[in-house]
Amino acid sequence: MNIDLRNIVLENSDTIVKKWLEEVSKNRNNDYTSTISDELFQSTNREFVNVIFTSVDKQGVTSELDDFSERLINLGWPLSYITDGLQVFRRVTIDYMLGQSEKVDTDQFAKILDLVDNWVEPIINQLVNEYSGSWEHTVSLQRVALQELSAPLIPVMDNITVMPLIGTIDTERAKLIMENLLDGVIKHNAEVVLIDITGVPVVDTMVAHHIIQAAEAVRLIGSTCILVGIRPEIAQTIVNLGIDLSKFPTKSSLRKGFQSALELTNRKIVQTKQSEDNVEKLLDSLNKE
Amino acid sequence: MDFQSCVKIQKEWDIVGARQLGRERAKAIGFGTVDQARIATAISELARNIYLYAKTGKICFEIIDDLEHKGIRIYAIDSGPGIEDISQVMEDGFSTSGGLGAGLPGVKRLMDHFEIDSEPGKGTQVKTVKWVR
Ligand SMILES: Nc1ncnc2c1ncn2[C@@H]1O[C@H](COP(=O)(O)OP(=O)(O)O)[C@@H](O)[C@H]1O
Ligand SMILES: [Mg+2]
Repeated sequence: MNIDLRNIVLENSDTIVKKWLEEVSKNRNNDYTSTISDELFQSTNREFVNVIFTSVDKQGVTSELDDFSERLINLGWPLSYITDGLQVFRRVTIDYMLGQSEKVDTDQFAKILDLVDNWVEPIINQLVNEYSGSWEHTVSLQRVALQELSAPLIPVMDNITVMPLIGTIDTERAKLIMENLLDGVIKHNAEVVLIDITGVPVVDTMVAHHIIQAAEAVRLIGSTCILVGIRPEIAQTIVNLGIDLSKFPTKSSLRKGFQSALELTNRKIVQTKQSEDNVEKLLDSLNKE
Repeated sequence: MDFQSCVKIQKEWDIVGARQLGRERAKAIGFGTVDQARIATAISELARNIYLYAKTGKICFEIIDDLEHKGIRIYAIDSGPGIEDISQVMEDGFSTSGGLGAGLPGVKRLMDHFEIDSEPGKGTQVKTVKWVR
């Protein structure tokens, strides 16, 4: 009985496909695929419906289905294209089968519904799995990327290192800041570390606490931590919160912090004669002409 | 209360959501950058306390805008364990979590008006206001 029904569908695939293509194209106007070229849309539709029929024919998930879903994901087609398409297939096929016989009793009706659901379900499951797998993959890649960005340490010159912090600091990131800071100070043999908080939107007691702890830990391993980039409004809120930052050095800007770092490491910036020399060379070369 | 302007606190990033909404509201009604930072910080403290001590709760905003004054009222509401001794938690440096213990007394100083109500076993409600000057 089921085989019979399946054969009816397979033998009349042309009619069903035609109906399906009509319906799917009709849905197009109001939605997501509007940026996709007509040609690509039509050819993808044809491929999609072939994949569906192959899977009905072979009764299960096929390699065609795998290939097809992989391509859709790479092209960035929305999942709803697939779920909508399969809904349409379900409706069109059931309509077609019901239209085949004059009288359909409830028993047969239930059988048809059941049968078509059994075709559609594994396809939906497979595609949804592929899609969510790819999303999870993207999210985990982004998490890694964010983690790498979240507490970078830049050894600007011998013994002076800068950690610019940009964006919100949550507990996970606060831990990373501490770890990277200590690792980096040891690795780069930094005498002075500048933590720049210009890009941190809110400094509440949690953030302040972590910064104080990090600075304290840096001090314990024999280096100095200077907090720089304290915007005026942040300075005010820190004072209002009653947080005492007097125990370690702070500077309003990275520039000023860097100057103190130079002083602390017994160095200073000297202007070389370079620029004068250049002017002379230029004048010389002009005279020659 | 207009419940459209409530933010549920369930995970750590909800704290960021709450203070962003609060800052947006504060800016819209005319607070300057320093007060915006104060308000965002106060929300951050209250939301984090909910997240840390009560696990879940909500932060709600009410905009006050009448002839006499303009401002923002913030509610932090939870059904957590509550607080036994209010005067103790309002002391600078008191913390049961190894924190700085500057959150609640800090919020009181950041804002213009501060009220805290708590019943052990029932939950905690903080109501605080900042006026536009
Ligand atoms: N919503 C709350 N529910 C229960 N206890 C709270 C709540 N908020 C604060 N507390 C208690 O008050 C103490 C002080 O809070 P706070 O001033 O924010 O400092 P901290 O969070 O650094 O401990 C907390 O350690 C905690 O025991
Ligand atoms: Mg707190």
